[in-house]
Amino acid sequence: MTFDEWLLSLVVFLPLVGAGVITAIPKAQAALIRLIALAASGAALVFGVVALVRFDFHHSRTFQFGVNTRWIDSIGARYHMGVDGIALPLVVLTVALTFLCVVYSQKLMPKPQDKVKGYFALILLLETGMVGTFTSLDLVLFFVFWEMVLVPMYFIIAIWGSERKEYSATKFFLYTLFGSVFMLLGFLAMYFRSVDPVTGGHTFDMIRLQGQHFGGVGFQNLVFLGLFLGFAIKVPMWPFHTWLPDAHGDAPTVGSVLLAGILLKMGAYGFIRIALPLLPHAAKDWAPYIGGLAVISILYGALCCLAQTDIKRLIAFSSVGHMGFVMLGISTLTDRGINAAIFGMVAHGVITGMLFFLAGSLYERYHTRVIDDIGPGVLQKLPRVGAIFVFVAIASLGLPGLAGFWGEVLALLSAFNPAPGLSSSLFRSYMVLGGIGTILTAGYMLWLIQRLTLGVVRDKWANDPAIDDVRPAEVWAWSPLLVGILALGIYPRAIFDITNGAVTGLARLFT
Amino acid sequence: MLAQTAFSLSSVDIHAILPEIIITVALMAVLVVDLFLPDRAKSANGIISMAGVGGAAIALMSLVNGGTRKTFGGMFVLDNYAMLFKFLFIAVAAILIFMSVTYLNEVVRNIQGEFYFLLLTSLLGMLVMPSARDLIALFIALETVTVPGFIIAGFKKSDNSSNEAAVKFFLFGVLSSAVMLFGMALIYGVTKSTNLYEIARVLSSKVYPMPIHHAESIIAAAILLILVGFGFKVSAVPFHFWAPDTYEGSPVPVAAFLSVASKAAGFAGLISIMFVAFGSYTSVWAPGFAVIAALTMTIGNVIALQQKNIVRLLAYSSIAQAGYMLLPLAVVANKSAAIQKEAFAAALTYILIYSFMQLGAFAVVIAVGRKHPRNLIEDYEGLAFREPGLAFAMLFFLLSLAGMIPTAGFWAKFFVFRSVIGAGTLWLAALMVANTLIGLYYYLSVGARMYLREPRDRARIAVPYALVMAIILMVVIVAAVTVYPDFFNHFSPRSTLVAF
Repeated sequence: MTFDEWLLSLVVFLPLVGAGVITAIPKAQAALIRLIALAASGAALVFGVVALVRFDFHHSRTFQFGVNTRWIDSIGARYHMGVDGIALPLVVLTVALTFLCVVYSQKLMPKPQDKVKGYFALILLLETGMVGTFTSLDLVLFFVFWEMVLVPMYFIIAIWGSERKEYSATKFFLYTLFGSVFMLLGFLAMYFRSVDPVTGGHTFDMIRLQGQHFGGVGFQNLVFLGLFLGFAIKVPMWPFHTWLPDAHGDAPTVGSVLLAGILLKMGAYGFIRIALPLLPHAAKDWAPYIGGLAVISILYGALCCLAQTDIKRLIAFSSVGHMGFVMLGISTLTDRGINAAIFGMVAHGVITGMLFFLAGSLYERYHTRVIDDIGPGVLQKLPRVGAIFVFVAIASLGLPGLAGFWGEVLALLSAFNPAPGLSSSLFRSYMVLGGIGTILTAGYMLWLIQRLTLGVVRDKWANDPAIDDVRPAEVWAWSPLLVGILALGIYPRAIFDITNGAVTGLARLFT
Repeated sequence: MLAQTAFSLSSVDIHAILPEIIITVALMAVLVVDLFLPDRAKSANGIISMAGVGGAAIALMSLVNGGTRKTFGGMFVLDNYAMLFKFLFIAVAAILIFMSVTYLNEVVRNIQGEFYFLLLTSLLGMLVMPSARDLIALFIALETVTVPGFIIAGFKKSDNSSNEAAVKFFLFGVLSSAVMLFGMALIYGVTKSTNLYEIARVLSSKVYPMPIHHAESIIAAAILLILVGFGFKVSAVPFHFWAPDTYEGSPVPVAAFLSVASKAAGFAGLISIMFVAFGSYTSVWAPGFAVIAALTMTIGNVIALQQKNIVRLLAYSSIAQAGYMLLPLAVVANKSAAIQKEAFAAALTYILIYSFMQLGAFAVVIAVGRKHPRNLIEDYEGLAFREPGLAFAMLFFLLSLAGMIPTAGFWAKFFVFRSVIGAGTLWLAALMVANTLIGLYYYLSVGARMYLREPRDRARIAVPYALVMAIILMVVIVAAVTVYPDFFNHFSPRSTLVAF
């Protein structure tokens, strides 16, 4: 096999190897364990960047770095991986964000801090599952990686979380599992109705499953329902979002960052990678409903944010709204909308990941997550942390020139002209409602900034020496994200140039 | 006809039954040598047993790729199907001996010779079971498997619950044997044959050796009686009542033996009699299995939710697992050959994978039980901080039993699920999913207790060397299937018992 064929496997499995090595190291060697976690996730990042550099941007439609070998013959599942312009940004986002999480955790590990070994091993295991999800081109392989993230995330929340951590972890676990069972059912249904163009048997191959008829539109719609449940819970879309505030709220900082930054994207990615291209007819029938739920998510998320007192729960609900924009873009079934969705995912990963880092840092210093207890006056007490917070919060509300802007505005624009066959009056009203959502988003974010950062600091915090400004570990972990927020805002083509070719190919199915 | 199955000694294919002969020699040796061993050297019986099992394994390997062999006038057939199960039983027996050496030496010191003798006797029955293609041979094999079980279940002589375990097991076992025997007698009455292939021929041709009224109803009744009999052996609901009490009361290695080896042997017989002899009556037995499988999964899982004792938890979970194993048999009614073949392979693969993960879980229970002989689930709290290795192995086995992706247990369930969906029996698929979720909850809650609670007792647990080996071996096997699911599934489709 050539280097290109090994590349994706390296990105996916190096973290797993790292996790294996860590479990073999004695518990007392905490420094060594941290170092190996850094090396493993760093290596994955390096190979992820290599993939980015070697990627042929002129052919972003075709799957590159492909590897396709035998795996489970008895069910026709193959070890088939590859990335196109849709998957690549998410792969790079995953390896980058995970690496930064490991960097951050070098010094700032959540309590209990004596369980270094399990902590880093689980993060690396999680990374393998996340990257694998974005690179799989076989439904069984995809499913395996998709589920692989559950157990590590469960333990990350349940062991290193706060407050009702076990409750939240279990809720996260059962919700996702519930959805993915239906997803698996959908996969199997497609498998049994498929005809492999080469062998004549059934197939799990995502590429070969494209353009299959599956015996009837009614059946396709039913299968789409199964996939929808699996993906929509992960996104999460209203009304399947109730696990999210709990899981995000009680997870440790790094858990929240990875949950918001990557795990939610797996759901939206599932729509783009599997549901849309494999079941285009059903996608068209379902699009108005998905768009409707997306708009409800935007408005509902924003309204809930206005009512939150807990900073982490507020950011969690803001994710519901932001992912609503992503799903609105997808539901238009246009190239513009799907481009916007992918951009929105990357931007949300960077911005919300950063917001959770900040929330974690505030919790670390103030030992409370209640907004009106920390604030007012963070800018006064912690000028640097406060300024960064203002910057990121403004990026999150979608200010032009920062990363949050492009995904939202293009999603709204695309709703003006949805794919042929979709009711444009319906989608235009979605656009108007989504527009109202952006105002609400600006409203709660500005209000948050005001309550938290402005004003005079409380007496009880004013002279607390334990509350210190930005620490070195935070500088290392945060600066790439801050640069990313600015860079993506100024130069959005960095993403669109990768995605556009693949997305136009996909959107052609709906014209 | 009975007369046709007469044979002379010279016609016996000694090579084909060599594994059984070696086991017989070994168990005799144990019986005799034990008489002359002083109490402190009784564990030498374990070495003899191990040698016997090893010898049988070598003998079995010499038979691989030797083609199908028949002997005793077709009563005993050695084909791929039989070979697969024999390898499984030998592996399980070897692991069981490894697991129990120290336990026996400590708990039932002076009578452990009998234990090995009975274990080998039971193994002998197991080896015959998948080869038995005759009602009488099947019955003898089944009794040879079960009767030693009655005795070893009561091996903790001074323990009331162990006595109760043995008596319950005995009563239910004898009753089920009687019921099954009745069914077999009816079949013989109708077909005038005890040979499974001959029975199949008569049943599918519907030309009976003598005129008989309502032949089909009699056959249907007989099939159901036999089904009930096997239902006891594999502890399927509603014939499962003996299992939890017996598992809990027995010495833990015996519980492992009953829930893995004895159960798998029951399935070996069940599958061969149903597919070979009653292949033309799938419309009678498959719906029966559908009901039993549905009940078995659901009731096993629901009751498992409430258990406080780890052995009882594993007992009920093993009942639920039997339900998943029965599922493929429930969907084959009047289905195409391809679907039947897939269902057959799925059931076999499930049994293989289940055996190793369940054995692994029991191995950990034996280890923890050395410190906490009451085997309560709360004893596992914080195990991860006392014995990280044991806790990790247990978590792995539990996740696998739960069918968590991507463990070996998931693949087992996946194969079954696929065969059920492929046959179009959606309600069973839905029920299976619901049950898997219930199962996940209780397996995972034990896992969570090990990792999320603080230990009450920080004392380390001394785990004997042989037991550590057994646990590591099981982790390796389950991990291998996790990564490469065809590891077992590779064999099952080849083990063609019948030409579908």
